[in-house]
Amino acid sequence: MTFLSFLISGLSLGSVYAIIALGYTMVYGIAKMLNFAHGDVIMVGAYVCFFATTRWDLPPTVGVLLAMVVCTALGVLIERLAYKPLRSAPSLAVIITAIGVSYFLQNAAQLLWTSNPKVFTSVVGNSSIKLFDGGLTISVIAIITIIACIIIMAALTWFTGKTKMGKAMRACSEDKGAAQLMGIDVNFTISVTFAIGSALAAIAGVLLCSAYPTLMPTTGAMPGIKAFTAAVFGGIGSIPGAMIGGLLLGIIEIFGKGYISTQLSDAIVFAVLIITLLVKPAGLLGKQTTEKV
Amino acid sequence: MKIMRKASRSKVITYGLVAIAFIIVQLLISSGNISSSLQGQLVPICAYVVMAVSLNLTVGVLGELSLGHAGFMSVGAFTGVVACISLESIIPFTILRLTVSIIIGAFSAGVAGTLIGIPVLRLEGDYLAIVTLAFGEIIKNITNCLYVGVDKAGLHVNFLTDATSLNLSEGGRVIIDGPMGISGITKLSTFAMGFALIMVTLFIVLNLIDSRSGRAIMALRDNRIAAESVGIHVTKYKLMAFATSAALAGAAGALYAMNYSTIIASKFGFNTSILILVFVVLGGLGNIRGSIIAATVLTILPEMLRQFNNYRMVIYAIVLVLIMLATNDDNLKGFLSNLRNRLLPSNLRKGKKGAENG
Amino acid sequence: MDKAKRPETKMVPVPSTNLVPERDVDKLPVLEARNLGIEFGGLTALAGFNMAIGRTEIAGLIGPNGAGKTTVFNLLTKVYQPTHGTILLDGRDTNNMTTVQINKAGIARTFQNIRLFSNLSVEDNVKLGLHNNINYGMWNGILRLPAYWKGERRAHEQAMELLSIFDMQDLAGNRAGSLPYGAQRRLEIVRALATKPLLLLLDEPAAGMNPSETAELMENIVKIRDTLQIAIILIEHDMNLVMGICEGICVLNFGKIIAKGTPREIRNNPQVIEAYLGKKKEG
Repeated sequence: MTFLSFLISGLSLGSVYAIIALGYTMVYGIAKMLNFAHGDVIMVGAYVCFFATTRWDLPPTVGVLLAMVVCTALGVLIERLAYKPLRSAPSLAVIITAIGVSYFLQNAAQLLWTSNPKVFTSVVGNSSIKLFDGGLTISVIAIITIIACIIIMAALTWFTGKTKMGKAMRACSEDKGAAQLMGIDVNFTISVTFAIGSALAAIAGVLLCSAYPTLMPTTGAMPGIKAFTAAVFGGIGSIPGAMIGGLLLGIIEIFGKGYISTQLSDAIVFAVLIITLLVKPAGLLGKQTTEKV
Repeated sequence: MKIMRKASRSKVITYGLVAIAFIIVQLLISSGNISSSLQGQLVPICAYVVMAVSLNLTVGVLGELSLGHAGFMSVGAFTGVVACISLESIIPFTILRLTVSIIIGAFSAGVAGTLIGIPVLRLEGDYLAIVTLAFGEIIKNITNCLYVGVDKAGLHVNFLTDATSLNLSEGGRVIIDGPMGISGITKLSTFAMGFALIMVTLFIVLNLIDSRSGRAIMALRDNRIAAESVGIHVTKYKLMAFATSAALAGAAGALYAMNYSTIIASKFGFNTSILILVFVVLGGLGNIRGSIIAATVLTILPEMLRQFNNYRMVIYAIVLVLIMLATNDDNLKGFLSNLRNRLLPSNLRKGKKGAENG
Repeated sequence: MDKAKRPETKMVPVPSTNLVPERDVDKLPVLEARNLGIEFGGLTALAGFNMAIGRTEIAGLIGPNGAGKTTVFNLLTKVYQPTHGTILLDGRDTNNMTTVQINKAGIARTFQNIRLFSNLSVEDNVKLGLHNNINYGMWNGILRLPAYWKGERRAHEQAMELLSIFDMQDLAGNRAGSLPYGAQRRLEIVRALATKPLLLLLDEPAAGMNPSETAELMENIVKIRDTLQIAIILIEHDMNLVMGICEGICVLNFGKIIAKGTPREIRNNPQVIEAYLGKKKEG
């Protein structure tokens, strides 16, 4: 029974990672940049939802939608102001800029909302389902998180595979120059990618804080790094890879906490990542590229 | 021999810059013209300078992104302090004990760097970056679970338990207490020691760059395939740069730790690694003098911004982004260089060109 | 360079039915490839490649784009490990050797798309070619021990001497990436020569050069062979250069050798003409 309950919380945490990792991986695929500020967009999303539901007493759905709108706008704004001018700059310059944006979001949040932790109220309440005569308790939020992840994954697969915009995204991630010559508005496509990634980050933020209700300006940092790890784990740039990477990472983390040691769980997660990359240097589903001589 | 002269002149400028800065600060201290908060920052500044110079060896000279440099600082800090406490009765002379501890810290970080480097250095680009990040976090996690004590019988090490199960005999002392880290450290680090460490670091890094091995390291950065084609062993030189860089970070860690009475593992996490990376990038990749200046200025800057209180980190972040935009955005860059051309006489600009690698 | 002035070398067969210049026939061929081939994921890029190079031969490798010429170089230098066949370098089987070992064993190369260490100086580029000939360790360098000074002095002298082949001593202090295109190609050759090879592989050495530069390059390639007594294989599209200085020529098309012989034989070979110009229409 403990195994099953670990598995479900692992899947649930993994789903959150997967949703964040999807944003990471899409942005990486198209802009070839590690967007370190992505984790902090999660935090912003969670704060917006928190204030919408607890301070202004809006219904949870409105709270989530509001968080999505704010984060989408924020993501597009960040891209336009900070990343777009650096499109041809060396990747390290872009990484440092992303880190700068991340510092900015964290410290601005601290100014606006102080560093005192807020207790996030779950958007679906704290109800749970008891199975096997109370032997197994599954929280509703865990189930919703897993379902949300599956829906998002399916929607994204459909979007990138079937729609015109999705095809434009794939074209841009292959070759921006060629895409532009084919009449694709590259800048707009990149903005849409950031918008989708940031909206997903908002959802992830709400789900994360519903399961782990402490909300602080630094709340997004660690999940951000974990999701980044998950994206690399699955093969950065690959949408199914981010999903699988996220789920596996969540499961490994919870099992590591449950069966080995709480303190070492992060080390275990990272060790698995390292071993995976040593065996498959481009991640689980990543494509290995070799330089042509 | 024109290049040789240029390189050595640039080196002399770098050494001179550090020496003059040291002398000025010493004069300020003796005349009492320096604020106590800045005085407290002196040793950390030295440690950060060493960190930045050593990371520049990996990122700027070797050309591989490392996001876990603070991990090596942590290894150096903890082994250095453990060595220092254990050696208390053997080496009573403090400067010598501090030196030995820094060397031990550097050595163990170098070993850690080698052990990590062997498997991971065949990865490239962002994948190498994430693995170094992962190792940094693993080092932090493991140190958090480490319990070390010393008594007459020698060192006791335990993992994942607690301090009481170290079974220390009478008069024994717990050194590393898991997540509580090390407390009750005697502050041995001095500004003079920090200055000496910077000079040693510069000596090692600048001479390495300007030698056969350093050329090989830079060749890997510029074109790995060509380097292999002229018989340069890729792994050997990647590892050389990585391990040297780790060892110097270890030395910086030991110096840093012995400036405080307490250190904990989470001080040396991802954020510290990033902080150092910012110094390196802002100072200029491969530009050692730039790293020194950036590390110094950016450590003092938040102190100077203290009057802005809560806004200072926000300002710091905005400044960081603006600098990156100013130095990399083509439009802004063109505008700035026009401005410079108009403001600076041409002979002044020429003098700046030889500054690379110095 | 007027090609009529240079007498055509007589090519004679060696035991494995390959041809080498008559003067080299008593000596072991510097390189012999037997039935060399490689597949990339089921696609055959090169098959049944046989070639022997005499110790002081200048050989040409020609063929239309995509024929597999650079692939031959990549196999010889172990950028790719061949899936078929053997390569004998100086009589030694090079099976399982790495690129670095191949270079130490005596093959140096240039690249079609120039690969210099562009942020380093011209002199440093050549010194990197001398890397395995000037041997002092990391600590000698850091501590500036006598071995460092001796090694650097020798490296400097040898680098200058090598640069003098192309009269490039004056450029020693320039950044390699800032050189004009032709000079970059020449520097790449100097860097390759610095590794003291037995066999030099030149991948389109005249690409992007004007006719007078090409003529000078031809002179220099022959001069390099004559003074250093090494073998050279070159891939080139400039037929004046190939026909002018190559002794044996090998023509590739679609990953297979379609002709081998002296420049005159190749010029008159109908299959070669067809590969370059297409089939003549009947009637």
